[in-house]
Amino acid sequence: MQPYLKLDHIDKTYTRGSFQTEVLNDVTLTIEMGEYVSIIGHSGCGKSTLLNIVAGLVPATHGGAILEGQEVNEPGPDRAVVFQNHSLLPWLTVYGNVRLAVDKVFAGKQRRAERHAWTMHNLDLVQMAHAKDKRPAEISGGMKQRVGLARALAMEPKVLLLDEPFGALDALTRAHLQDSVMAIHQKLGNTVLMITHDVDEAVLLSDRIVMMTNGPSAHIGEVLEVPLARPRKRLELAANPTYLKCRQRVLEFLYERHRFIEAA
Amino acid sequence: MNMPIMKSEAESPVLESAAPAATAKVLSLSPKRAPLSERIATGLSDVAARLVPPIVVIALALLIWEVLCRRTGATLPPPSRVVRDTWELIVNPFFDHGGIDKGLFWHLSASLHRVALGYALASVVGVALGTLVGQSIWAMRGLDPIFQVLRTVPPLAWLPLSLAAFRDGQPSAIFVIFITSIWPIIINTAVGIRNIPQDYRNVAQVLRLNHLEFFWKIMVPSAAPYIFTGLRIGIGLSWLAIVAAEMLIGGVGVGFFIWDAWNSSHISEIILALIYVGIVGFVLDRIVAAIASIVTRGTAAS
Repeated sequence: MQPYLKLDHIDKTYTRGSFQTEVLNDVTLTIEMGEYVSIIGHSGCGKSTLLNIVAGLVPATHGGAILEGQEVNEPGPDRAVVFQNHSLLPWLTVYGNVRLAVDKVFAGKQRRAERHAWTMHNLDLVQMAHAKDKRPAEISGGMKQRVGLARALAMEPKVLLLDEPFGALDALTRAHLQDSVMAIHQKLGNTVLMITHDVDEAVLLSDRIVMMTNGPSAHIGEVLEVPLARPRKRLELAANPTYLKCRQRVLEFLYERHRFIEAA
Repeated sequence: MNMPIMKSEAESPVLESAAPAATAKVLSLSPKRAPLSERIATGLSDVAARLVPPIVVIALALLIWEVLCRRTGATLPPPSRVVRDTWELIVNPFFDHGGIDKGLFWHLSASLHRVALGYALASVVGVALGTLVGQSIWAMRGLDPIFQVLRTVPPLAWLPLSLAAFRDGQPSAIFVIFITSIWPIIINTAVGIRNIPQDYRNVAQVLRLNHLEFFWKIMVPSAAPYIFTGLRIGIGLSWLAIVAAEMLIGGVGVGFFIWDAWNSSHISEIILALIYVGIVGFVLDRIVAAIASIVTRGTAAS
């Protein structure tokens, strides 16, 4: 049986003049339907590049991503991205931002009233229906990220791509959003590929954690299964031995075997 | 849903508003409104604070002007004489005795008509060319050097050429307005298009917006503040150019009115016309600025 999403021997080399920088080297990974996979690594290891290749925003030099047997070579709503800096259009309201996506993806398939209902449904899902008429500048960072999530969910993507979605948020807001994402994943069973540099976030949310070695020429160093039952509760997990062991493994990988020397 | 966790963190204001109403009671605060009389009083004092300083300055300037030009041998008339000489023109801007003997309203409207045509043309062509130059690196490399040279050509230098080409005053004047106001529109639009954040382009790509949708839904709103900066500079330049152009092409128009007044030594009429030209230019600028602030509402904030 072929996997749902396959990253097949992906190499990425940036060429500037006679300079060549190999960012990714032979990254191969398979993701099953409904699976939540995190990619973790130090900054500069090419994890965002990898996500952009899956999104189709950046072409791979060799290899590529295959989604349901189809090679990915351009961006599309079947691989909706939640960007790190929310990327909401500031001239549209919260509703307008989600509606733009709904109108584009469901044009001709749904009637106006249905598209409106679907937009509101997705805003409800991220608990942002109350702010539907606000503009992005008028809501907090966490709320913007929620709307970005609603926009992505509204496209009914085959794979949801999260590019450090909580990176720019404070710890409390981040925890709250992680819980929302877990709840939504539980409810809808999306296939999720998330980029993160937060060890706790990776262990809490993921079924599998993909650890990247340092760049240049980053590749997959280790893949860790997180055998924790869902639904997961943040507070209960804090003392769970499996959780702590997983956390320990990721920390060891990141800070012992692949320390980021330049970061200091 | 993991509600219990949310509840425990409901102290944070951000989270609270996102949580369902069951977990926290929502208090709505309606701002207290001051009584009507108080609001009128503060409104009036606001208006006074804005109006009094310019009125004082204008009064002082008129006084100095009056004192300086009252002396015998003064070359320019004092304001009191300007008003006396041009009273007919002030109170009756709508008369029309045929030919070029018309009230100032007709001269101004003829000038505005030319500016409207030339400027409208420049806006459409300018935004289109600016979009092209901003969007395509090859168009920029090809066209930008030409634009940079042509934009330094003074407006009136185009007039003989356009008279030769069109063999008529009216289209020549419109062309001069067009060519004067188009450069800032092109250049600002191009900068605005080039500055569209990559994030918005990514969103457009993920949504698979086609070119037309991308233009209307991403490009225009994103570049609108820049485009309107160009349009505002453009309207100012067109109004600057029209007076000079009309002095040379003749006919009805405020530029020719000034030239005609100079030829018949009606200095007071020149001064009156200058005041009108200034006010109309100011109003034009404000109209474009007002449209800009309506259209770009919310765009500037990120």
